[in-house]
Amino acid sequence: MRSIIAFAFAALCTPALAALEIFACTPEWGSLAQEIGGARARVYTATSALQDPHHIEARPSLIARARRADLVVCTGAGLEAGWLPLVLAQSGNPGIQPGQRGYFEAAAAARLIEIPASLDRAMGDVHAAGNPHLHLDPLNVSRVAKALAARMRVLDAPSATYYMERELAFQARWREATLRWEREAAPLKGLALVVHHKNLSYLIAWLDMREVGALEPKPGLPPSAAHLAGLLDTLKRTPAKAVARAAYNDSRAAEWLAREARIPAMVLPYTVGGTKAANDLFGLYEDTIARLLGTLR
Amino acid sequence: MHSKLFCAAALAAAFAPAWAQEKSANAFNPGISLILQGTAATSKEDPEAYRIDGFAPSGGEVGPAPRGFGLGESELVISANVDPYFRGHLVAALTPENEAEIEEAFFQTLALGRGFTLKGGRFLSGIGYQNEIHAHAWDFQDAPLAYKAFLGGRLGDDGVQLRWLAPTDLFLELGAELGNGRAFPATERNRNGANAASLFAHLGGDVGASIAWRAGLSHLRARPEDRAFEDAGVVQSFTGTSRLWIADFVLKWAPNGNATVTNFKLQGEYFRREETGELGFDDMVTPSSGAYSSRQSGWYLQVAWQFMPRWRAGLRYDRLDRGAVETAVPTVGPLASEHNPSRVTAMLDWSGTEFSRLRLQLAEDKSRADVTDRQVLLQYIFSLGAHGAHRF
Repeated sequence: MRSIIAFAFAALCTPALAALEIFACTPEWGSLAQEIGGARARVYTATSALQDPHHIEARPSLIARARRADLVVCTGAGLEAGWLPLVLAQSGNPGIQPGQRGYFEAAAAARLIEIPASLDRAMGDVHAAGNPHLHLDPLNVSRVAKALAARMRVLDAPSATYYMERELAFQARWREATLRWEREAAPLKGLALVVHHKNLSYLIAWLDMREVGALEPKPGLPPSAAHLAGLLDTLKRTPAKAVARAAYNDSRAAEWLAREARIPAMVLPYTVGGTKAANDLFGLYEDTIARLLGTLR
Repeated sequence: MHSKLFCAAALAAAFAPAWAQEKSANAFNPGISLILQGTAATSKEDPEAYRIDGFAPSGGEVGPAPRGFGLGESELVISANVDPYFRGHLVAALTPENEAEIEEAFFQTLALGRGFTLKGGRFLSGIGYQNEIHAHAWDFQDAPLAYKAFLGGRLGDDGVQLRWLAPTDLFLELGAELGNGRAFPATERNRNGANAASLFAHLGGDVGASIAWRAGLSHLRARPEDRAFEDAGVVQSFTGTSRLWIADFVLKWAPNGNATVTNFKLQGEYFRREETGELGFDDMVTPSSGAYSSRQSGWYLQVAWQFMPRWRAGLRYDRLDRGAVETAVPTVGPLASEHNPSRVTAMLDWSGTEFSRLRLQLAEDKSRADVTDRQVLLQYIFSLGAHGAHRF
């Protein structure tokens, strides 16, 4: 009997092979944590690129994973307000509660845009702190990387040098890649896009593109027939080159508008894993730019 | 010196990032949200005369929505971290009868660690699946019959709860509660110690990217004293031991885990209760009492299907089995009936956003012997204020 119990416990309590257990709310931060943590971090990503980050459920599996995490890496700015507080409250894990060292919000290190002057739910799903889809600005990724590495050094002091070296190496590669992307994306300047949701705003601002309209009448509301008809009218006056949506956004509205306006409908990966080529943060940016450039041909 | 300070302050102000938040005193205010609910209902039978035949009345508000326009409970939810060690949570219900009721008021530990969480105060019990979910997040306007018959709608007691979450990838949670017994099937007794105790275990996980599930087993044990109901001038009261077992499961499906467009939810629970003790019969003329024992059960199964953004349809089947009731004294009212209640409920709801929901619900209710009640209702549920997170 005793051996059965011992075996059960051994099977249940998987030994921690890595120094730092990281629970990433979204794939982009999972990817970044892996870049910095390398072999000394074990990263669990709670959501996928095919899931709408606004509508995640506090599933039992997430609570179980949060229980063992040393560090929770999330976006903040209210993006995870619908599920993360419950996961943290039920995790029984004091180290990852808000305000503790094991709780990291990317938004605290990034620069946010589209901060609403006033707040009213009549405006749709607006976030008080600003647009939370902040990882599509490479400068934000760099800022978050710096803050995240600093946090990981605090949490796992023996590996501090390791994390610092990895972060510096990442920053160098990222800087070099950013310059290359900016060069490659130069023809995208002024490119007019219709977006599904305001989840591409940072990308549009970075590459100096233009957002002509959004399929959602207000942030978070599903596209309506009346709004799409109005948008089609707008496009007659101010034409767009393409209708862009994230991999997780429903395709129907984008395809309808693209057909009616005779412009291509385009899927952007939005985050790591959104397309096959977007297998890490570099792949995410590369594939995004390649797809945008594709509309010019 | 002063001008230097001023310059530094001015520079700091000028270069202060736009996203810096103003640190004013009310930044510490708790998150506040308000739930508004109401119904417009018709029913063939009088909801005031509602009863679940075959089962001793639970004393809870278990009847269908009132005929005509009816205001539901308005819930005020206030929640915040107390300090790094505790979280506080209050749910006050403003009833249509213009009374304020404390539905939940508890503290919860944040810093026990090792997977332990302690809760104290008044809270919804962790037994079963639906019990811990607030009414505004239910898939139907009212509770399943099993909840109505065995728990008076749901179990919310004053007491303590300890939960432990296993350090495994598979979700495994164990919990224990001690309560004062203010809620059916227990009664409050003027004595030291707890009058109700429960144990529960939950297991859960994912199957691929699209399916998440949770299953549970719960046990509630109470020692009610003079748990009474009155029918036709006779007071019938029970003193003894009440043991309730609940097996529950829920399964949620969404393509790739993205519930925005379509999703599906299957939920079911099985209840079994055994009560042994003394049953009193007081007709104000010749009161008597004698041995009583009952073994009763019930279950429900329900589905909710979001077939397109905003729209969901649902179907629920309820069934109660009166089982075996052995008594040495005469029984009256619903307890005297040998009816096995059942009900079929269908609903269609529309959610403008996650903060608003309008619902049409139809039910064919055979809770009462020899009577089929047909109920139709429209319901609204609105959430204002802080973004609440919903349980799985």
